[in-house]
Amino acid sequence: MDIYLPIAELSVDFFLLLGLGAAIGILSGVFGVGGGFLLTPLLIFIGVPPGVAVASSANQLIGASVSGVLAHWRRGNVDFKMGAILLVGGLAGSIVGVWLFTMLKRVGQAELAISLCYVVLLGVLGLLMLIESARTMFRLRRPGGERHRLHQHNWLHGLPLKTRFRHSKLYISALLPIGLGFAVGILSGILGIGGGFVMVPAMIYVLGMPTSVVPGTSLLQIIFVAASVTWLQAFTNHTVDAVLALVLLIGGVFGAQFGSRFASRLRGEQLRLLLALLVLAVGAKLAVDLTARPAHLFSVITDQG
Amino acid sequence: MSRARPLLRRPARLGLAVLAVLALAAPAKADAVVADLSSHLVAITTGFTGESVVLFGATDGPGDVVAVVRGPDSEVTVWRKSKIAGVFVNTESMIFGGVPKYYAISSSRPLNEIVVPAVASLYRIGVGSLKFEPRDPIAPDRVALFSESLIGAQQRAGLFATSVGKITFLGERLFRATLNFPANVPTGTYLVEIFLVRDRDVVSGQTTPLVVSKVGIDAAVFDFASTNAALYGLIAVLTAMVAGWLSSLPFRSR
Repeated sequence: MDIYLPIAELSVDFFLLLGLGAAIGILSGVFGVGGGFLLTPLLIFIGVPPGVAVASSANQLIGASVSGVLAHWRRGNVDFKMGAILLVGGLAGSIVGVWLFTMLKRVGQAELAISLCYVVLLGVLGLLMLIESARTMFRLRRPGGERHRLHQHNWLHGLPLKTRFRHSKLYISALLPIGLGFAVGILSGILGIGGGFVMVPAMIYVLGMPTSVVPGTSLLQIIFVAASVTWLQAFTNHTVDAVLALVLLIGGVFGAQFGSRFASRLRGEQLRLLLALLVLAVGAKLAVDLTARPAHLFSVITDQG
Repeated sequence: MSRARPLLRRPARLGLAVLAVLALAAPAKADAVVADLSSHLVAITTGFTGESVVLFGATDGPGDVVAVVRGPDSEVTVWRKSKIAGVFVNTESMIFGGVPKYYAISSSRPLNEIVVPAVASLYRIGVGSLKFEPRDPIAPDRVALFSESLIGAQQRAGLFATSVGKITFLGERLFRATLNFPANVPTGTYLVEIFLVRDRDVVSGQTTPLVVSKVGIDAAVFDFASTNAALYGLIAVLTAMVAGWLSSLPFRSR
């Protein structure tokens, strides 16, 4: 059964979209990442124009994240105070990011910059997470291994504006989450994604939050970043395909529910190992695409009108 | 089902229509070829998977018929990638004007058997005869390369014909053809040009318009998204939030 997408201007199989949404939803629920870094390339692959793909995935991220946050919240796994502070930085960062993106576009190599950003980011993050989670798993298998250190303090945690985050069992400087939100906000502005796959590892390793509250808190932040991106795209570029987003959502929201259920059964380091492998796989794919000789050296862009 | 199809389903009605065209055409004797479409509208609705329109007509005697379907013209940018430091980067571009968004062709016999290349080129008959002029004139060898790549890319996208459709004659003077439009057909006003060919030259022609347009909910969504962008964005955000909340309800109790 095919469905015509009014803004993307093409027909796609309804169940293919539904399945795509569900797969991304499961990821989103398990890891607390929005899944935009996977959804956008997949949509482009099935023929959706890149601009529409970016804007519509942002739209569907909102719904998937709301659903995910509610599921985590019922289990008490959302740190609202931390989420709010991350968001302050995030919104400021996304404005800077959108401005940077416009600059890159003017130079004519936005596409290349995006791919390079992804490869470096995904590669570094994936490797760090892989090493850490594998080491933790290895250590836990041995009897008598040290388990009880909550997190390591470093000089960053001691900056001014010390704040208590009871839910995350942290007493650290509020500048840290604001700065983190800002940096991730810039990335979401440039890459057009929620930034969860950067946010999640940073919350674990930089802030030192317990893994259990990370997905819910990250999703909370993504709701608002995705909402602002969706509205900006709809207003300035008219590229939000609400029909596409809605179909993806129907699959996605249910996927997210099952995902978060599944996540509560896994141990933190197992979760991180899986995410690390996923992040590395996407990074490797993008790196290969950049360096491999494309099937067609020529590409055509039709201007409107 | 779509509106343009009933004629396709009922050959009897089509026959009548052809006869009607003939009845009108025969006494006048002015035009050597007369043709029309079963519908002048390709309506894109939810669930649109492409559509067929029947072209039918008559000639005033023996000869071959060629039909060209041209989409609205647009300006396109063709990018060429090359390898820099191990990475493929867009390095060279050329902008062409007057490129049809869609191009398809049907003929009663293979094109090279019925028209000479000069005529094909003059009437832009066949994908091979399409020539595009760059907006900024550059070296001619580059233009040919980019122009050919443009045609190749459009063919891969299914927007330019890769083969010639069949026009069948019913007897000596009546002809018909089925024009198939793919699911990704661009919207706009199309022109269907019908040429009568004799002795390897075009002796007569007729042009008839065809509109490809979104109708119903899809058209409404598209119009709303472009005229009320801020409100549309807001609705899109709120809808997504409500959908997320609604879907989490069934899971609440467990």
